[in-house]
Amino acid sequence: MIFTNLRRHRVRTAIGATGIALGVATMLSVVGLLGGAVKMFERILRSDAEMVVFEKNVSDLFFSNVEVAVVDELKSQPFVKEAQPVLFSIIAAPDRPVVTCFGIRASDGRLKKGEWLEGRPADFHDDGEGIVLGERAADFLHAKTGGTIKLGQGTYPVAGVVRMENGFENGGVFMPLPACQKAFHKEGVCSVVTVALAAGHESSEVKAWMGKNHERLSALENEEFSRSYSQFKIMKTTAWVVGGCAFLLGGLSVTNTMILSVFGRIKELAIARVCGFSRSQVALMIFGESLLVSAIGTVAGWGLSAVGLRLLSAIPQLQGYIEPNIGWIEVAGAMALAAVTALVGAMYPAWYAAQLKPAQALRFE
Amino acid sequence: MNTEVLVEDVWKSFDRGRIEVLKGVALTVPKGEIVALCGTSGCGKSTLLNVISGLEEVDRGNVRVSGVDVVRESTRVDLLRHHIGYVFQFHHLMPDLTLAENCMVPVIAVGGSRAESMARLQELAVATGVEHRLNQRVRELSGGERQRGALVRSLMNDPELLLCDEPTGALDEKNREKVFELLLELVRSRGRTLVLATHDPELASRCDRTVRMRDGRIEGFSN
Repeated sequence: MIFTNLRRHRVRTAIGATGIALGVATMLSVVGLLGGAVKMFERILRSDAEMVVFEKNVSDLFFSNVEVAVVDELKSQPFVKEAQPVLFSIIAAPDRPVVTCFGIRASDGRLKKGEWLEGRPADFHDDGEGIVLGERAADFLHAKTGGTIKLGQGTYPVAGVVRMENGFENGGVFMPLPACQKAFHKEGVCSVVTVALAAGHESSEVKAWMGKNHERLSALENEEFSRSYSQFKIMKTTAWVVGGCAFLLGGLSVTNTMILSVFGRIKELAIARVCGFSRSQVALMIFGESLLVSAIGTVAGWGLSAVGLRLLSAIPQLQGYIEPNIGWIEVAGAMALAAVTALVGAMYPAWYAAQLKPAQALRFE
Repeated sequence: MNTEVLVEDVWKSFDRGRIEVLKGVALTVPKGEIVALCGTSGCGKSTLLNVISGLEEVDRGNVRVSGVDVVRESTRVDLLRHHIGYVFQFHHLMPDLTLAENCMVPVIAVGGSRAESMARLQELAVATGVEHRLNQRVRELSGGERQRGALVRSLMNDPELLLCDEPTGALDEKNREKVFELLLELVRSRGRTLVLATHDPELASRCDRTVRMRDGRIEGFSN
């Protein structure tokens, strides 16, 4: 009956499903976009490390100050295989008010992972001023190896151009740590220290050492950090809230569809009652129709968002910034929300249909 | 005597009591009897049928079908599923569905076996002469075919009692005769009980008993 009813009213079904599809597509796209951004930032922090050390109680890592001396202290500990300082900052170029800047040491492995399009890793020195540009950054800053570019108050020689997988890194500037510290008046400090554990050692050893020696710093495993970092939380919450609002509109569409569906076939519902349908059977039929409309919309919305995100990620300017793969958790969340929306949206129509008095309904004009 | 329908002192009004439609109606119909409710429009025939089927609640009085009180929702649903078939003046079939799909609605309500139901549908369709129209959409059928289809639907769960509200009222003379004869034959051959509302004295005269109604009351009976 449920399939038959939806098949009979294809346009109405399509309108209801479209509402849900747009809600699902918006939600998955927003979650995908912001989730992608979060994942990219996580990867920047992670690099080859398992832990991140940063200043406690800062609202944003850009405001975190960790003395670089801590890096050397950490390196001397038996439980640490490698420790690398990273200074995050935002710098302005003549045509670009915002360029992400990474102050790193030459020994940091992240540049070696990229594909060097110009220059070579040996051209990046801790004691030099030569900077390495991500491919996108080189493109929008119109910079070439051997030339110079103006960033902030300084002019820097370009030592190389590297293609990075990560969108933020590919659109960013890598500066030698001392030059970066000087440019941002942060001599002797970095934003975070990434820590790789020595074989057979636990993160708890780093935490214990940090608690004993540097109380104002926090050491967290990458996953702990991702869960607790307020900026990530804000981004993820924003994604779900925006997506939820889109769903609300989709829900209204389902409600509207189901109300129209019930009012458009009052006599049919009355006949179903005369033929022996109980009130609960009628209500279940309406809920079932709503759930099916919603399921169709969810599948369509999933497809729509997958195609949309792939198209967006293919745009050169956005390459590396968008995570085109939507996670199962997000899909499961969207499905659950769609089901709840369908059930809530069908509540009034189902109640109305169940309360119909057959004899009166058959007199309805 | 085995009583199929028992109506005792039934009162029914609409518009918060302003329009009294049934005024102390009492009626007993034995099993297997074919009864015609006769009277002018507005005399309360249809309301009495609705009251017997439980589709309309009574203000006062008792209604029992096969000894079961129809006032309670649970028993009413059970009666409509297994015991009562209903045919309206207008077929009330779903126009976008095929005749077969329409006829299966009562089967879906009871969750009956599909194979058995299909066999029964075929049997009834042959008996009513619509077997070649089962896969047609209702909107493609003639008036007579639709009404015969409605008759098939009402009999799908093999009800003991068939209630028909002017079942031939919307048909032309030729189809009226055909459908009415078919109705009587189906009911008689199966030993079922039929309560039929009609304003046509000629059709009423072919039933076992005629109940004359006037202004919400039973005026008299004739055999």
